[in-house]
Amino acid sequence: MAVVETVSVPDPVADAHAAARRERTMTAAVPIATAAALILLWEVGVRGFGVPTYIAPAPSAVAATFVDKFPVLMQNFWPTFVESVAGFAVGNLAAILIAVTFVHSRHMERAFFPIAVFVNTIPILAIAPVLVLILGPGITAKVVIAALICFFPTLVNMVRGLQSVSPQTLELARILSASKSEIFWKMRLPSSLPFLFSALKISATTSVIGAIVGEWVGADLGLGALIIDATFNFNSPLLYATVFMSSGLSVLMFALVTLAERRIVRW
Amino acid sequence: MMETKESLTGAAVAIPYGRSAATLKAASVCFGSFTAIDKLDLEIEAGSFYTILGPSGCGKSTMLRLVSDLIPAARGEVSIFGKTTEEARLARKFAFVFQDAALLPWRSALKNVELPLEIGRKRNIDIPTGPRNPRELLELVGLKGRENALPHELSGGMRQRVAIARALVCQPKLLLMDEPFGALDEMTRDRLNLQLLDIWRETGTTILFVTHSISEAVFLGQKVVMLRANPGRLREIVDIDLPEPRETKLRDTPEFTRYCGYLRDLLETC
Repeated sequence: MAVVETVSVPDPVADAHAAARRERTMTAAVPIATAAALILLWEVGVRGFGVPTYIAPAPSAVAATFVDKFPVLMQNFWPTFVESVAGFAVGNLAAILIAVTFVHSRHMERAFFPIAVFVNTIPILAIAPVLVLILGPGITAKVVIAALICFFPTLVNMVRGLQSVSPQTLELARILSASKSEIFWKMRLPSSLPFLFSALKISATTSVIGAIVGEWVGADLGLGALIIDATFNFNSPLLYATVFMSSGLSVLMFALVTLAERRIVRW
Repeated sequence: MMETKESLTGAAVAIPYGRSAATLKAASVCFGSFTAIDKLDLEIEAGSFYTILGPSGCGKSTMLRLVSDLIPAARGEVSIFGKTTEEARLARKFAFVFQDAALLPWRSALKNVELPLEIGRKRNIDIPTGPRNPRELLELVGLKGRENALPHELSGGMRQRVAIARALVCQPKLLLMDEPFGALDEMTRDRLNLQLLDIWRETGTTILFVTHSISEAVFLGQKVVMLRANPGRLREIVDIDLPEPRETKLRDTPEFTRYCGYLRDLLETC
């Protein structure tokens, strides 16, 4: 009775898989198609209305510049990358350490939290020249500016994260006669990680902003310097290419943090 | 004496009586001007299963926290196996099971059970261990094969069983349980009740079990401690003289219903 059926039999599992695959393709395809349509609209608009290149370059011109000037762009990419990463590391590390002292000492929090809030209220554009004057035109000022912009969100989130341990978990710690350092390493710090990563995702992109703002004030290399240079020379295609490069750097930083988060925070 | 092993079927249960697991002498607990527990005298016999009932605000949970050295007595004294609560805590004489399982969400089931063995190890604290390792304890509570599951991958009942395994890992002589099954559905709760009785018979530990449910109190307890509210005081200790080992069909017997009725009336007067 072994009848071999070659006619396709409806297979609900395979159908469901196919539907899911279609769904996934659509979620990727829709935004890509929208972006492509907008770029096309931009190209058509610039050409159709005869907009001068120095006001708004066509996407094709920007793309051509991106390819032509790629070595120059990369030459300016690396300093900004280093400043962003260093600022990200310094600012977040400082915020984490200060959050730890705040959680362990009410006095420290009472003394320094208002100052942290005050520093955060100073616009980064206003404080950048001050820091460049103090620290000179080298890399230090840019790192400090990038660090400063990362600092506050991480401080606030980290304090909340370290305090997010449930009262029952703390009772458990007490019943097990856990020491302060055991409570910190085994309970508080792991509880804070989801909060920390929310903050790191914010500072992954803001650190790039910090580095670029620092370069505006005084630098001859870096994406920020290139933006200023291209603007003053009415080299709009280069300006746009640099802007894309900058946002590419932000995306890269954000992606790295997201990847780390997926690896570490699995609960 | 406490290490006596009983068979899981529970035939001829020899519970080591005659020694006090916990003694409260005129113990009071105050929160500011509010008296949560007022001059409570209570003697908990070692090896027995006590359930604690009472209207809300009668200090049931507070009593467990007093015994477990989480909150201090304002007056009077509390001793556990002849030691102060602090000494007993440092010697891991007791363990606590909370209403929400209080598992660490980033640790697997097995790692959660191992937590008490890790805490204090570097400070050379003498950590007692039982005859069962964490893996075997998870098997005892019916979670074999789920050792590596994270808490969010487990159901509420499973999480609570991990918490029970964690509480047993240091072989406590006194197990304090604060409405551990309060958030579970009735079927899960009934199943865990039976499982808990098995564990109690097998380990010979003393259990203090706070509950809101009269039938749970009667089904589990050899003695029901009834507290009254405002301020928290002892109302009555009711001996539950039902055949051991307790089985599900016990719930349908007239004796069981009578105990429930008696406690319900008693609760009205608290």
